[in-house]
Parts: sequence; structure tokens; C-alpha cells
Amino acid sequence: MNNTLQLVWLIPFLPLVGFLINGLGRKHLSKALVGLIGSGVILASFLISVFVFFQVKSGNTAIITFFKFIDTDALHINFAFQIDQLSSLFLLIITGIGFLIHVYSTSYMHDEEPKNFAKFFSYLNLFVFSMLLLVMGANYIIMFIGWEGVGLCSYLLIGFWFTNNDYTDAAKKAFIMNRIGDLGFLLAVFWLLARIGTVNYADVFSAVNIAKLSATDITGITLLLFVGATGKSAQIPLYTWLPDAMAGPTPVSALIHAATMVTAGIYMIARSNILFTMAPFTQSIITIIGLATAVLAATIALKQNDIKKVLAYSTVSQLGYMFVGLGVGAYTGAVFHVMTHAFFKALLFLGAGSVIHAMGGEQDMRNMGGLKKYMSVTHLTFLLGCLAIAGMPPFAGFFSKDEILGAAFAKNPIYWIVGVLTAFMTAFYMFRLYAMTFLGKFRGTHDQEHHLHESPAAITFPLITLAVLAVIGGWINIPQVFMNNGDKLEQFLSPIFAGSYALIAKRELAPTTDYTLMAISVLGALAALIYAINKFSKYEKVTVEETGLGKVLENKWYVDELYDAIIVKPVKKLSRFLNDVVEKSGIDGFVNGVGKSVNYGSRQIRLLQSGQVGNYVLLMVIGILILFIIQLFF
Amino acid sequence: MPIYNYIVLAIILFCIGVIGVLTRRNAIIIFMCVELMLNSVNLLLVAFSKMHNVEFAVINPTLASDAQIFVFFIMVVAAAEVTVGLAIIVMLYRNTHSVDVNFLNRLKN
Repeated sequence: MNNTLQLVWLIPFLPLVGFLINGLGRKHLSKALVGLIGSGVILASFLISVFVFFQVKSGNTAIITFFKFIDTDALHINFAFQIDQLSSLFLLIITGIGFLIHVYSTSYMHDEEPKNFAKFFSYLNLFVFSMLLLVMGANYIIMFIGWEGVGLCSYLLIGFWFTNNDYTDAAKKAFIMNRIGDLGFLLAVFWLLARIGTVNYADVFSAVNIAKLSATDITGITLLLFVGATGKSAQIPLYTWLPDAMAGPTPVSALIHAATMVTAGIYMIARSNILFTMAPFTQSIITIIGLATAVLAATIALKQNDIKKVLAYSTVSQLGYMFVGLGVGAYTGAVFHVMTHAFFKALLFLGAGSVIHAMGGEQDMRNMGGLKKYMSVTHLTFLLGCLAIAGMPPFAGFFSKDEILGAAFAKNPIYWIVGVLTAFMTAFYMFRLYAMTFLGKFRGTHDQEHHLHESPAAITFPLITLAVLAVIGGWINIPQVFMNNGDKLEQFLSPIFAGSYALIAKRELAPTTDYTLMAISVLGALAALIYAINKFSKYEKVTVEETGLGKVLENKWYVDELYDAIIVKPVKKLSRFLNDVVEKSGIDGFVNGVGKSVNYGSRQIRLLQSGQVGNYVLLMVIGILILFIIQLFF
Repeated sequence: MPIYNYIVLAIILFCIGVIGVLTRRNAIIIFMCVELMLNSVNLLLVAFSKMHNVEFAVINPTLASDAQIFVFFIMVVAAAEVTVGLAIIVMLYRNTHSVDVNFLNRLKN
């Protein structure tokens, strides 16, 4: 039985091969071939992932070891993959959506030179490889390899058009903020090693080893792991890189910053769910930060005018939801939201890319409008995506969001209130985006209007596929109140979360409470949605500056400026001080001083060379006398 | 004769030689003083060899005259050194028409 799962090594290996071929051969391969190889390997990985998924569904899970990675007396870490329900689910998401985005990129990036086109695809493949390592790893170290790899690829892809300084600044910001989180992750791993001596999931989560950890240990480790997650998944305080990361090409935003990389933090916490369930303090922190991030990002999105920035803040907000789910113990709900969010957010980003492409690179919504009649497929799929994210039944977002909100209510009604308010804001700003872009009159230039056209098949095919998924994706986990035994995802993932549910039973809400909560959230979102459409479908471009709260929101609550003042400027001052005082006067002064003193000494000693032979002989005699005296008396 | 006398004589001769080397300006006089130092050492060696002659004859007959043979070596070395030194002084005289060592302070730089 295990030998069929042995071929899981192909799943990350194929994208790696794609990376090497496209990367090394970028000057020699044609664009068609590059696109074919790049997308083909992901498709192959997807098919193998489907096979693996069905194997796992029939109960065949395994830990497959390949070779010894670190093998010392104190530390044994194997390069091993753990194929179980959680990893196989993520495999499907990553390879499936990855494949669609690769196909999309063949058309979206077709303006690039063949060399850069191949570079793009090689980076994308490298990213998929790293992400696959992350989810398949059987211990924290393999996960960390993938973790770092996706951070690197994020940097490479955001700064893809590297000739623009702003873009490279955004790439550096993303990488550095990621790294700050990685420090937390590493410290947590070291702490685990110090206490338990192993990092394999199977060993760490066994009852024997958990008993070795004290309460402070668990709280500390989980807090540090969460710091790592805040960096990777853009929570407060490390979220400002994600909106700036929109400098990268749209397929990059779709793949990395909507569907996969940002979900790495959630995967990590879902994987370590036992540790987190045993640390209620950390869970409250996660919930509070998740809620705060969700609200903050939603308020900022209300006033953004760049189509990608709205989607970026929407991503940050939805990630906040997922962390709320993790914080209140609704692990399945959080993973479910990861899945549905991947569908509709990738759909929204790809749709936005299609719009940007048709508008010839324009991203400001104030110059769009009325695109409905020019781009029908994009319009329809985008509308379905907006309905999904707003939480309208029967689309995907409704089921996943309500599962999280229901669990939040069971924990503490205040969490639910904040969550539902954010949901209303989500519906509002998403339909503001929809109305400003697709409804009303076209507000762009005449040239742009002539250029408007529906995008080619390579772009619309992924849009249609994702739209179908956004519609039906929620039906795999229909709550018990609607359909008995409808929660297939919950049942599928139960072995992963069994430990946590054994400790803290899931609090079931009474059906009437459930219905009421759902009704409130749906009706509220519907109201917000209709209000937004009414307000913005007749949008006229205004030249008046924002004032008051609107100005604050448009400037993202001045968080970037705050970070600049508190962190960046002091660090720069410190480095300038170190350079001028310590480096120039101190170290340089010391080294130069040595040289100067040698010079001085030698000048003095040179005076001995008087040329007087008599002096030389005198010195010789004195030396001999001294030697005699030393020999006689000492 | 008590060995002490020979030692004092040798020391006096050696000191006269050293002072001569340090104070005199004429290169040839300095050479003479160097020879004086060497000869004082020779004297001392022979004196010691005679002093121990009786004792060494019992242990090993050749040991007694070891120092006297060494004196010959020193004389040979002195001769060789004088040869070379006088050659240098002759060259110096040809170039500067004097044998004054202080003239050699051209080595200063």
C-alpha cells in the first residue's frame, strides 16, 4: 500500500525540473515552449496530487522518508514527507490553482521578452516547489526550508520588473518583514528542540512528548510560532508589505498573495493545532490580532482607489478571519476558509488582471466604469467572485465564513459582532469595487475605450474554472443545520484535529441561534452590497480631496509613516552613528594608529644609523657586557 | 705561577684592546688593537692548558694540549681577518686618501 505513495517525491520534483529547464534555458527557449513546460509540470503535479488525495481519502496516509538530512548525536532530522489529510488537501489547492495561474500567465505576460518570460515561469515553478515542500514536510525543518523558499520567491517575483526602484523597494520590504517573522519561527523550533529533542510532527504531537513541555513552554513556543505566522500571513504588525507587494505582476499577486504563500501561516498553525489548543492565552492573542487585522484592513479598503490595493487589503482582512477561526478552535473552519478564499481571491485577482490588461495597464478605478458591456466573461466571473467573498449563499464564502463566525460566537459574542461588522464592510467595499469598475459610464480616455476587449481564452478559461469552484466550493462542508452529514470536509480532516477536539469539545450552537446568526450576516451583507451598488454605479470622478476620517483611511491609518518614524529612522540614525563614530574614529583610528606608530618608531630608530663606525662598535661592546652580566648573575 | 696572574694580565690586555678599538681614529691602529684582543685570549688559553696539564694526562693524554691546538686555529683566523681588513683599508685609502674611520659617516643615509 505504501509503495503507491512513494511517488509523492514527483510532486515537488517536477516543478523543480521546470524551474531548472526554464531558468537555465531562458535565452534559448521560445515563449510557447516555456509556457508549455512551466504549466505542464504543474499540471502533472496536480494529477499526481489528485491520485494522492484519493489514496488518502481511502485511508492510506504515510510518512515517507527519503534520506537523512541532519544526522548527529544530538539531532536526527530526516528529509521526509508526511502525506495525510491536511497536506493532501493543500496539495490540491496549490497545484490546482497554480496550474490555472500558469496558464493565465502565458497570456498575461506575453508582452515580455522571451528571456524575461522564461525567468518569470522559472520563478513561478520555484515558488510552487517551495510551497509544496512547506506543506508536505514531515517536520518543522523541511517546512522551514519551504517557508524560506516561498519568501525568496516572493521577493524575486514582486521585484520582477526590477528596473523600477519602487518595485524593488516593495520586494525588499516583503522579504525583510517575512524574515522578522522567520526569527520567531526559528526561536520556536529551537525551543522545541531544547525541550523535546525532535521536530518531527509525529513525535512532537505525541502525548509522551507533550507531557515534557510545561505550560510556559507551550505558550512561549506557540506565541513564537504565531509571530512567524504574522510575518508570512500579513497580520498586525507585519502586514504592510502585502499592499506594497501589488507592485508585482497580477498573476504573482493571485498566486502568492491570495491563494498560497499567505496561507502558509495558517497551515502551520493548523498542523500544530494540539500545541495551540493547549495554550489558551496564545489562542486569545491570535483571535484578537486576527480580528484587529480584519477590521483595520477592511476600513482601509473602503477608501482605496487602486483595484489591486483593494484586493490586497481584502486579502489581509480575510486572513484575519482565518486566524480568528484558528484562535477560537474552529480549525476545520479556518482551513475551509483557506480553500474557498483561494478560489475566490485568485478569481478576483485574475479578473482584475484581465481588466488591467484591457485598460492597457490602468489600475485606478476612478478611470474605469461601464466595462460590463465590453468584457462579459470577466464581468460575470468577477461578479460571482464578489458574491462569494461577500458571503452570499449558496456561494463558497458563505459556508466558510459562517462556520468561523459561528465558532466565534460560541467562544464570545463580542468576537462575532466585530466579525460580522467586518463582513458588512467586506461586502460594501467589494461591491464598491465591482460597481466602480463594471457599472456606470466609462471614465477613461478615448484611446483606452478603443482598446477595450474581452481577454483571450488563456485568461478566460482560468476565470471560468475558478468561478465554478467559487460557486460550488462551499458545498463540501455544509453545516449540520442544513443537511445531515453534509460536512464532508470536517469528517475528512477529523484525524488531524482529533487531538484538539479531544481536549476541548466543539461547542455546538443551537440550530435557532445558528439560523439567526446566519440570517443577520447575510441580510446585513446584502444591505451593504445593495447600498454600495446604488452609491457607486453612478460614480462621477471628483477632484475634491478627501478630508477627515476618509483621509486617514486613504492613507492607511498612517501605519507606514508610523513604522518609518518608530523603527526605520532610529535604525538609520544608529547605523550612521556606528559608521561615523565607531567605524571611522574607533576602528579605523586604531588601525591607522598602529601604522602611524610604526612609522614614528622607525624614524627614531633610523637615527641610530649615524654612519659612525665607532658608535657601532661601542654598541656591540655594550651589548656583550650586558650579556656577560646577565650570564654571571642570573 | 698562580693562574690568577695570567688571568689579570689577559683581562688588562683585552681591555686595552677594547678601549683602543673604541677610541682610536686610525683604522690600522684599530686593527692592532683587535690583534691585541685575540692574543690576550690566546695567552689565557695556553695558561689554562698548562694549569690542567697534570690532571688531564691521567684521563686522556691528548686532552691537555687541546687548548694549545685551538690557539693555532685562532691565529689562522686572525691572519685571514687581517688580510681581508687590510684589503678593505687599502681600497678605502685609494678612494678617500685617508684612513680615518670617522670619514665613513657617509654610511649615514
